Amino acid sequence: MNRRDFLGTIGAAAMTAWAPGAAFAQRGSANYSNLLVLVELKGGNDGLNTVVPYADAEYYALRPRLAIPRDQVLQLDGRAGLHPSLEPLMGPWKNRELAIVQSVGYPGGNLSHFRSIEIWDTASKSNEYLADGWLARTFAQAPVPKAYAADGVVVGGAEMGPFAGRATRAIALTDTEQFLRQARLAAPAGGARNAALHHILRVEQDIAQAAAGLNGNRSFATEFPRSPFGNAVRTASQVVASGAGVAAVRVSLNGFDTHGNQPAIHARLLKDLADGLLALRGALVELGRWDSTLIMTYAEFGRRPRENLSNGTDHGTANAHFLLGGRVQGGLYGAPPGLARLDGNGNPPFAVDFRDIYATALERWWGVDSARALNGRFAPLEVLKA
Amino acid sequence: MSGWLALTSAAQAAGAPLGFDDARHLLNRTSFAANAEDIHAFARLTREQAAERLLGWARKPPVTAPPAWVDAPFESPRQMRMMGEEERKAFQREQFEKGIELRAWWLTEMLTTSSPFTEKMTLFWHNHFVSSQQKVRSPQLMYRQNVLLRRHALGNFGQLLHAVAKDPAMLIYLDGVSSRKGQPNENFAREVMELFTLGEGAYGEQDIKEAARAFTGWSLDPRGGEFVFRRALHDDGVKTVLGRSGRLDGEAVLDILLAQPQTAEFVVAKLWREFVSPRPDAQEVKRIARVFRDSGYEIRAALRALLVSDAFYARENRASLIKSPVDLVVGTLRQFGFSTGEVLPFVFATSGLGQNLFAPPNVRGWPGGENWINSSTLLGRKAFLERLFRVDETRAMLAAAAGGMERAKGTGRLTDGRERFLRAMMDVSFDGPGWLARFQGDAAALQRVVLAAAPVTAPPAGMQGMDLIRHLTMDPVYQLK
Repeated sequence: MNRRDFLGTIGAAAMTAWAPGAAFAQRGSANYSNLLVLVELKGGNDGLNTVVPYADAEYYALRPRLAIPRDQVLQLDGRAGLHPSLEPLMGPWKNRELAIVQSVGYPGGNLSHFRSIEIWDTASKSNEYLADGWLARTFAQAPVPKAYAADGVVVGGAEMGPFAGRATRAIALTDTEQFLRQARLAAPAGGARNAALHHILRVEQDIAQAAAGLNGNRSFATEFPRSPFGNAVRTASQVVASGAGVAAVRVSLNGFDTHGNQPAIHARLLKDLADGLLALRGALVELGRWDSTLIMTYAEFGRRPRENLSNGTDHGTANAHFLLGGRVQGGLYGAPPGLARLDGNGNPPFAVDFRDIYATALERWWGVDSARALNGRFAPLEVLKA
Repeated sequence: MSGWLALTSAAQAAGAPLGFDDARHLLNRTSFAANAEDIHAFARLTREQAAERLLGWARKPPVTAPPAWVDAPFESPRQMRMMGEEERKAFQREQFEKGIELRAWWLTEMLTTSSPFTEKMTLFWHNHFVSSQQKVRSPQLMYRQNVLLRRHALGNFGQLLHAVAKDPAMLIYLDGVSSRKGQPNENFAREVMELFTLGEGAYGEQDIKEAARAFTGWSLDPRGGEFVFRRALHDDGVKTVLGRSGRLDGEAVLDILLAQPQTAEFVVAKLWREFVSPRPDAQEVKRIARVFRDSGYEIRAALRALLVSDAFYARENRASLIKSPVDLVVGTLRQFGFSTGEVLPFVFATSGLGQNLFAPPNVRGWPGGENWINSSTLLGRKAFLERLFRVDETRAMLAAAAGGMERAKGTGRLTDGRERFLRAMMDVSFDGPGWLARFQGDAAALQRVVLAAAPVTAPPAGMQGMDLIRHLTMDPVYQLK
């Protein structure tokens, strides 16, 4: 029996139940057996105290109270170092599984939380309003296999962000078991008589399918931190452990809008982040998914280089972000913060457009042409191993 | 011949009494969900009479008293810049609380008004002339804008446009306050064309640049929070907007926009999507837009033409619109005659379902329609309805939770908030037997009041009482209007 006969005999549905990734064996399709995990740092993380330009005198001049002292920085190279709270990430860094992209932003950086995260979520220009998220547009163009539990899962919070769009099969849940209980309220049945009803019935169907495909009882040897972010990472791991597959998961960590008393708050947030990411790595390794997972952080903006008078930082623009995974080519990417070239608001220029990072995920990770989903041609970073 | 026949049958339909289903349809689209008494009253009217009565119902001043602080001396959000850390936090906390009070005020008005159509239209304009508390940061100015929108809700669109352009919250929201001669901010000039009057593509980038110059000098007096014209900041040079040249000021630009036939069509198409169906009929929109313009932009004229049209009553347009979160929450509470205490839980319910009053997501407003429903909001809607129709069964549990809280009192604000929330939930009640009594066991009659069309899953034969209500409100068709 050759492969073609074999597929014909057992049928596509049985095939995907048996191995989620195998549904994409056909050439030219998107490879959604590669999982994308987005980590949103809500409120706008201070990239400058996350990836510290410890050799730049300008940094210490702008932040007499907030700067991380040179001797506390976890050095990555001769210029950049991590905040000491990110110590748990030094393992992946030394393993060369952690890529750090500096000076990520976009032209006309908007300083409003609401507007700027909308720009990131929809991958729009700064003066353009798009209704659908960038992943929703991607899935519309290159559909996720029908047998998957969902296109995407949002862990914690009900805002669909990059998944927002009428046709996306996106599920929001805080806890898989709780979702499975609530999903009983959705009972898809009957035929649609108009577009509105059709849409509602489709969403009911999506909920039921996700509920059928997800389970909440995989136990892990990995210990998850006892924090909201730790719980989110645990839920994300449960979702990934479910056999039916999802293309993307988003988790978020809240509280980065550090206008005042930043040092203690930011140190705790970064520790939560690093502990959570390390636990996620552990769970994915257990599941055999570490090499087929790409983790990316994002946020609406970075923070102002010059500290404010409340021992905090105000809204900024360019920021540092992490890419993490078994097939990530570790190292520093982008450009060091341009602290000598601040704009009229006191913010640094960007070197890497955030849509370049999205293009990396679409082109290099999933094998999808990104020009349509991103409304333009952006240059993927060479940050993944073949 | 066939055209003549169609005309007479339409004319007949227009001259005959509405009957129950048409009356229900009209009221559900123009109020938050009608009760049986109102439907029966309207069933006896013709289309014209029904439209007249609805338009006549409009009331301008709300019946709900606003929070006391709306008339307090203006608190400029700018003063925050001068504050120290602690003071600023306290100020922000206070503004946050006031924001909740403001939303509670409007929701209370929606729940209690005898003219829900006024609220629907005020909400329509709030979603057209968008401003958001998230950027304006002044509950006082957001309140004043709401008063302005409701004053003109069924008035004259031209006057409304002129008033909104000088509205302080709008001046902050679309950056008019920071626009000056030599450095015009284009935000308002762009949106007034794209979203308030012409619609995308009916103007050029140069029109925006020139219009932005015309609006310079329209500013805000930081002491009273009132509109002020600052002549020194105004660019009084010659501008050309949509082919008209002169030393145009802001008023002149607005009049140029109102003179474009496209403006009437744009607004009528939006009213169509709100009240008739998701897909406007281009021919009919043109016809009604002409009525609208010929009336000098009287909003009532456009609404009357829309609400007596065959399209409004067409079979295929029934149950074709998705209820907004406000429709669902306020409609359910009104239709079933729930009694409520503090409306706090419903402020959170509507915002949790995606419609945070006074804070639309961006200048385009809530996209609405199918965008209201995703997996999270659909389960949220169903969970809300389930809680509501089991509120009597859960009261004991709520009481226990609130009691436990009392013992733990003094532990901080969050607990206070939760306790307020629980107490408010305990005050919600539904007189099921009383409400059901009027149907005298007639399940079909009950269904015709509750649903805009037959349910996807018909209730099992013999299902009655609360079980029937729960069954029908869980049906996907309950999400439609």
